[in-house]
Amino acid sequence: MTTAQLLSLEGVCKEFPGVKALNNVHFELNTGEVHALVGENGAGKSTLMKILSGIYKKDSGNITYQGKQVNVSSPNEAQHLGISIIHQELNLMPHLTVAENIFIGREDRRKGRIFLNDTKLNAATTALLEELKLNLNSTDLVGGLSIAKQQMVEIAKAVSYRGEVIIMDEPTSSLTPAETESLFTIIRTLKAAGKGVVYISHRLEELAQISDRITILRDGEYVKTLQTKESSIAEVISLMVGRTVDQDQRPAAFTSDSETILRVEGLSTHNLLKDISFELKRGEILGFAGLMGAGRTELARALIGADPKTAGKVFLKGREVVIKNPSDAVKEGIGYLSEDRKRFGLLLIQNVTFNVILASIPKFKNKLGFMKVRPAAGITRDAITQLSIRTPSENQYAKNLSGGNQQKVVIAKWLTRDCDILIFDEPTRGIDVGAKDEIYKLLSKLASTGKSIIMISSELPEVLRMSDRIAVMCSGRITGILENKDADQNTIMQYATMSEINPN
Amino acid sequence: MADVKIVTETDLQGSSKLKEFVRREIGQVLALGSLVVLFAFFSFMRPVFYSWANVSNGILMSTTVTGLLAIGITFVIITGGIDLSIGTGTALCAIMVGKLVVAWHLNLVGGIIVGVTMGAFVGVVNGILITVLRLPPFIATLATMKAAQGLALIISHMRPIHFADGVKGWDGIAQGNLIPQIPNGVTILFVGATVASIILNKTVLGRYTFAIGSNSEATKLSGVRVNRWLITIYALCGAYVGLAAVVLTSRLGSAQPDLGLGYELEAIAAVIIGGTSILGGKGSIRGTIIGALIMSVLINGLRILELQQEWQYVVVGVVIVFAVWSDNVRRRRAGDVS
Repeated sequence: MTTAQLLSLEGVCKEFPGVKALNNVHFELNTGEVHALVGENGAGKSTLMKILSGIYKKDSGNITYQGKQVNVSSPNEAQHLGISIIHQELNLMPHLTVAENIFIGREDRRKGRIFLNDTKLNAATTALLEELKLNLNSTDLVGGLSIAKQQMVEIAKAVSYRGEVIIMDEPTSSLTPAETESLFTIIRTLKAAGKGVVYISHRLEELAQISDRITILRDGEYVKTLQTKESSIAEVISLMVGRTVDQDQRPAAFTSDSETILRVEGLSTHNLLKDISFELKRGEILGFAGLMGAGRTELARALIGADPKTAGKVFLKGREVVIKNPSDAVKEGIGYLSEDRKRFGLLLIQNVTFNVILASIPKFKNKLGFMKVRPAAGITRDAITQLSIRTPSENQYAKNLSGGNQQKVVIAKWLTRDCDILIFDEPTRGIDVGAKDEIYKLLSKLASTGKSIIMISSELPEVLRMSDRIAVMCSGRITGILENKDADQNTIMQYATMSEINPN
Repeated sequence: MADVKIVTETDLQGSSKLKEFVRREIGQVLALGSLVVLFAFFSFMRPVFYSWANVSNGILMSTTVTGLLAIGITFVIITGGIDLSIGTGTALCAIMVGKLVVAWHLNLVGGIIVGVTMGAFVGVVNGILITVLRLPPFIATLATMKAAQGLALIISHMRPIHFADGVKGWDGIAQGNLIPQIPNGVTILFVGATVASIILNKTVLGRYTFAIGSNSEATKLSGVRVNRWLITIYALCGAYVGLAAVVLTSRLGSAQPDLGLGYELEAIAAVIIGGTSILGGKGSIRGTIIGALIMSVLINGLRILELQQEWQYVVVGVVIVFAVWSDNVRRRRAGDVS
């Protein structure tokens, strides 16, 4: 079969307020080709695909599709052109059946166009599922299916549009090896039928099996396109991370004989974490690296009792503690700073003082339960000075502060509560470059005053700059714990893409 | 996300304290303004409207029961919840008070304690259904609303209980005059409001009420035992229901098993008109009292204007729409993200 150019994107740019998400990016796709798109978190892969599927509008650049220049202005238009996308996050309606989900918005109607023709709908779905060799029932409720099966429904839905281009954004992130294999079979069928598939994945070892070409993006820029047959995983990794690491490495605030503050043994959860063990020392910053979905946030939530554990012990200064809910964690001096500050960290519609004292309100009451307003405001003013939080006063609403200052308010909350262990989940997410540096300095300062810090981060330069040691996670396990001096971006990436634990 | 506005130091310095207060509490200022305008309007139309007899007995006295209920439910609404059981809960508390006062010959204080305890108990049940069984507040309190309605009828054998020979001075709870010229019921309403306002603004309980309504997940992750506090808040709401029941029985001289249904919606309307957000996180007792007074002034004034009762309901409906709509418009202008 002859291949021809199906799609080409030229010089695509996209800017979000404060962030250049895509800068002059190129991408091509031929008929009958599987073209992989890789890059670190935030490299711009999903943004590019959202532009191609009409969800975002590009600022500049050209899209040529089947030889004609097109302007994909809405998801509807993308579907009309024959471009369909399987999103990373599932977009299904749990209360509807498989068939209803696949044909949503395109239902067959009976004469008079009022009543639905479910018989026809289910028959069409069954035929589609058989064609794709998917083991699903058209009348099952989607909400009752496993995540993997829901993923299959998404795939069937994308195929049902009979388009020429199918974009798959991390389709295997929740699939088992067997399910991944059946997905590959579907992809090969599509390929044989002359369709073009854009394949986004973090699992680099998959690319050799399924892709024809690999395009690498980094920080919103086009890096290189490789022929899969002529490339190696190592080469792809080095192209993905190719940044230089900030040189001012943090001086270690602890020595190996520092007291062990926290020890976790064999922690597991119901669906993801398996046998997690590690230690945290006084004054240490322990980085947690890994790709999206590796289980780092889940580990933090299980540790503080926000999600249930199925096994595992937690020791604080050698004493075993039982942490059943966040309240227990706070009592033991463990503070969690979520990556989603607005949802899990702040009371946006309340002022700075309220937020700073939220975790320690009992400290600011008298015997009758009355709030001591003046000490609370005083403590907050001290925190504002100490952490240089930029706010007109302690009475400003949290929602009016910038991302960096909101993060400092959350830090102030835990410092007011006298927490010894702070778990930072993506401490600089959504914070601009200048403010990031301030947060880094603050983390160093906290560590040097004897606080112990767990820092979960998807930004490798950040992990390398800040951490004394780095724990790398993949698929719910710790695949390696590295001393900072032994770690570089390539090693971390290797551990992070390791599906099975390497005995060496 | 990146274009958050920051109110600068000069913005704050440029405005006087009064201006700052008006800007922050614009909802309440507008509500109070509407109350004054309504009062002036009815006084102009019918001078009898502003006679003290009408103000104290017609307006203030008829605000006492819904006012007390509205105070209690303000706490619940600020947490982002709702309590539909306060209306029939009033009937159940009234019946329990009547039964026990008549049967045990309780004195005044005993009767009041029974009422408040009973109300708090219903509140605890609501709180447990919401936190332990994780029922949505609407469903949980719909269930207790029906159950309370039934229990009030069962316990009373569907007959009113009269206090006449029971306790001496029971009618004085609402109708006496500890302060000259002011019926005790009105005094109870304003003392109750002051206490509630202090709890809401000065105590830990009040602080957690706002915290839970602002973001219950963040509050929980901050180590606050959200469930326990929610039960306490529903119990506090229930205690005000009990107090409302005591005032109601005193005004009527009897406990009526079928009187109370529908009060919950009047109380909710008062809270909403008073500027408390149904989404939680924002609200005040002062606003609630203003809201309750607006409703009473409207009803009383329209009655004096001899508008048919059917039309009075329609006017109240329009006022609710107008109050919430104007609040929304104002917030959108202020760039409120919530």
